Amino acid sequence: MSKLNGNGRDVNKIVNAAVTEYHSKPEELIPILLKVNQELGFIPAEALELISERIHIPESRVYSVASFYRMLSTKPTGRHVIKFCESAPCHVAGGREVWNALLKELMIQPGETSPDGKWTLKTTSCLGVCAVGPVMMVDDDIYGNLTPGQIPDILEKYE
Amino acid sequence: MNAIKSLDDLQKIRDAALAKRKLGETSGSKQVIVGMGTCGIAAGARETMKSVLDFIEANNLENVVVTQTGCIGLCEQEPIMQVVMPGQEKVTYGKVDAEVAKKIMKEHVTDGKVVQGNVITI
Amino acid sequence: MTYFRSHILVCNDPECLEKGSMEIMQALKSELSSKGLLDEVQILDTPRIGNCESGPEILVYPEGFHYINLSKENIPFLVEEQFLKGRPVNDLLAPPKKEEAQELGEPTAKEIRVVLRNCGKIDPQNIEEYIAEDGYQALAKVLTQYSPDDVINTITQSGLRGRGGAGFPTGKKWAIARDSVDGQKYLVCNADEGDPGAFMNRSVLEGDPHSVIEGMIIAAYTIGASQGYIYCRAEYPIAIRTLNIAIEQAREYGLLGKNIIGTDFSFDLEVRKGAGAFVCGEETALIASIEGKRGEPRPRPPFPAVKGLFGKPTNINNVETYANIPQIILRGADWYASMGTEKSKGTKTFALAGDVKRTGLIEVPFGITVREIVYDVGGGIKNDREFKAIQTGGPMGGCLPAEYLDLPVDYEKLTQAGSIMGSGGMVVMDDETCMVDIARFFMEFIQDESCGKCVPCRVGTRRMLEILTRICNGEGRDGDIELLEALSAEIKQDSLCGLGQGAPNPVVSTLKHFRSEYEAHIYKKECPAKVCRALIRYEIQADKCVGCTACARNCPVNAITGEAKKTHYIDPDICIRCGICKQVCNYEAVLVT
Repeated sequence: MSKLNGNGRDVNKIVNAAVTEYHSKPEELIPILLKVNQELGFIPAEALELISERIHIPESRVYSVASFYRMLSTKPTGRHVIKFCESAPCHVAGGREVWNALLKELMIQPGETSPDGKWTLKTTSCLGVCAVGPVMMVDDDIYGNLTPGQIPDILEKYE
Repeated sequence: MNAIKSLDDLQKIRDAALAKRKLGETSGSKQVIVGMGTCGIAAGARETMKSVLDFIEANNLENVVVTQTGCIGLCEQEPIMQVVMPGQEKVTYGKVDAEVAKKIMKEHVTDGKVVQGNVITI
Repeated sequence: MTYFRSHILVCNDPECLEKGSMEIMQALKSELSSKGLLDEVQILDTPRIGNCESGPEILVYPEGFHYINLSKENIPFLVEEQFLKGRPVNDLLAPPKKEEAQELGEPTAKEIRVVLRNCGKIDPQNIEEYIAEDGYQALAKVLTQYSPDDVINTITQSGLRGRGGAGFPTGKKWAIARDSVDGQKYLVCNADEGDPGAFMNRSVLEGDPHSVIEGMIIAAYTIGASQGYIYCRAEYPIAIRTLNIAIEQAREYGLLGKNIIGTDFSFDLEVRKGAGAFVCGEETALIASIEGKRGEPRPRPPFPAVKGLFGKPTNINNVETYANIPQIILRGADWYASMGTEKSKGTKTFALAGDVKRTGLIEVPFGITVREIVYDVGGGIKNDREFKAIQTGGPMGGCLPAEYLDLPVDYEKLTQAGSIMGSGGMVVMDDETCMVDIARFFMEFIQDESCGKCVPCRVGTRRMLEILTRICNGEGRDGDIELLEALSAEIKQDSLCGLGQGAPNPVVSTLKHFRSEYEAHIYKKECPAKVCRALIRYEIQADKCVGCTACARNCPVNAITGEAKKTHYIDPDICIRCGICKQVCNYEAVLVT
């Protein structure tokens, strides 16, 4: 029997597809988790269990890996994930002001998801585009040379 | 494409690539190069590229080759766009947003006049 | 597709046509055909080669010979010399062109581009453009003429050291991996560039991926590896995509896979994406991550060269190290060793960021001074402010003050000065930077990225962060500096991997060079750079305020009172020190004290 998560997606099907894509290999655990995370927005408990069964490694190890890496989440995230660069070059280039504008606009704290399920706010280590800092990523889109005034316009682009 | 099986094969591909490049340079076509590294994209290079392509389509420009390249090391000037007119030196523009790109396409690529305000000088 | 060994481009501009370029073309055709060379040499007409004053003119590729003022009578001799005997006819060549004016975006005089030579010049998604720039020539040379020992000797002589930061001699590393007796060996490229402010590797991966791939194939041949991995951080989606395209093209061209360039050497390559963990840049953690485990470091020895990926001998180098290899093979060890200092040879890429005018990527020979980097290459400090410090080596590096501006940059000199080379991030700071705040900032980063496996790093960095935070908040106590020093020594000595061992560096180096700033925070409750919010006050100067009300209207907490056209006042108890009033004031009336 297949299980559905909150987004109405079939967890079983998504896990199976990810595991098959990476040939059920235990050493491909991270790519598998990334794939599931990408599809579902996070890795629900039943996915951890299914992956453990399919590639024959203990669920504890699957969980230990899923909880270790910053890009994997075991908690539900919003429809869009904002990753704000908190590294020194962006900090020096005025990142603090942009960060404050972002907090003000979203009205959530880092690590939190907005009540309407639209946004999750995260900080990230350096995105490597320091010369155009401050920088943030919304999902896979990268924005540089940010000013506090641009924040509302950028957020408005997302449904 | 046949796999390279010998040093000779490699030389042939190299020569062909060089000849092709020279042909491009001497065939009278105009070249527009947009820096599409992450820093370029973060600074808005996608919009720049789109603006260039839109301009070409809207004005039915022929003989314009649009290519992309990686990071040139001048990230703070991104988005960077370069224009090579036949028989002329390459001109590098900095901070090229969609509007500036349109201007460059019109004044430089179409009419052959360099857009002075955005040329990067070191 | 047919390959011609040579191409002749004949100019067909009206001027050249008038001077008889068509006759030249005919003469070339008949001469080539009589010598049976028509299958090997292609004749093409092309508009405009030179300025047509010296027409008819032709170009011969691949050599790029430019012949001018040709007549029919020259052709038989030209064809014989050029295409049968393979040497140019000097009498007919165009005089060498004057040096072209320096192109914009080109390196400044102090720069030498080896690793970055193709970046921003070629289309990274087209392997042919790399091949046109002598790409894969070094690989062909190695596979056909070099034994693994020859490669190791060349690399050792070149003096190349690991560009990941530690600076271990590359030739020696490869020799250890080659000498490990085990059937299966692996080759890994560390592209987990996590240092904040460092993006040299990203630029190479995005701009010239084949140089890294070629370097890796040469390394694999040398140590005897059949499978390689490029471990690239997930924060670089474009680099990953470019790499995958490049690998696919290299496979298509027979440069990866079985029987590379027709030899019996086989090697293949795969990109592994990280999942966001800074510590994975540490080689044993990186290996664990490729194996699908938590990216936690383990004690060394055994070193990866002996027992690495999946328990097999593994050679790990950084992106930049591999990208140097093809050029060293092609241009020779002596050429490479001619650049740099006694112990640090060649060039190094740096990511220049912070308060410098020209931020971005640079490549300079070792031995260049900090001053040259900041002022000549970087164009000086933004807004012409004062240089205060340069932070090198990433979060585990150190800050060097103005006294070190004339320090020659190499591995040893930086270490002696209390910083490190690291992977090549350089953050320039002006006099508006608070060094205690910067130290706290880096500690916050380290604390966040500590993997938690060993206690000194996990708990020690947390304690250090707490102390630094209270100093910045104006709650520093007598003895805090000594406590920081004691903790630094212990964490450095007892941590498991480089992350923990280097963690105290920003504090140690700022304490060494900017101790008075710490003291001012703790004892005078002052922040000399006027950065730490708890230690500063915003005040409106009565003689400058015109009562425009801009500050009062923009203050987010309504801390500013005053009537229009009269001096305004900031209530320090309500003020949150956000600085907006100072930004919006057009009369420079807001003062930070």
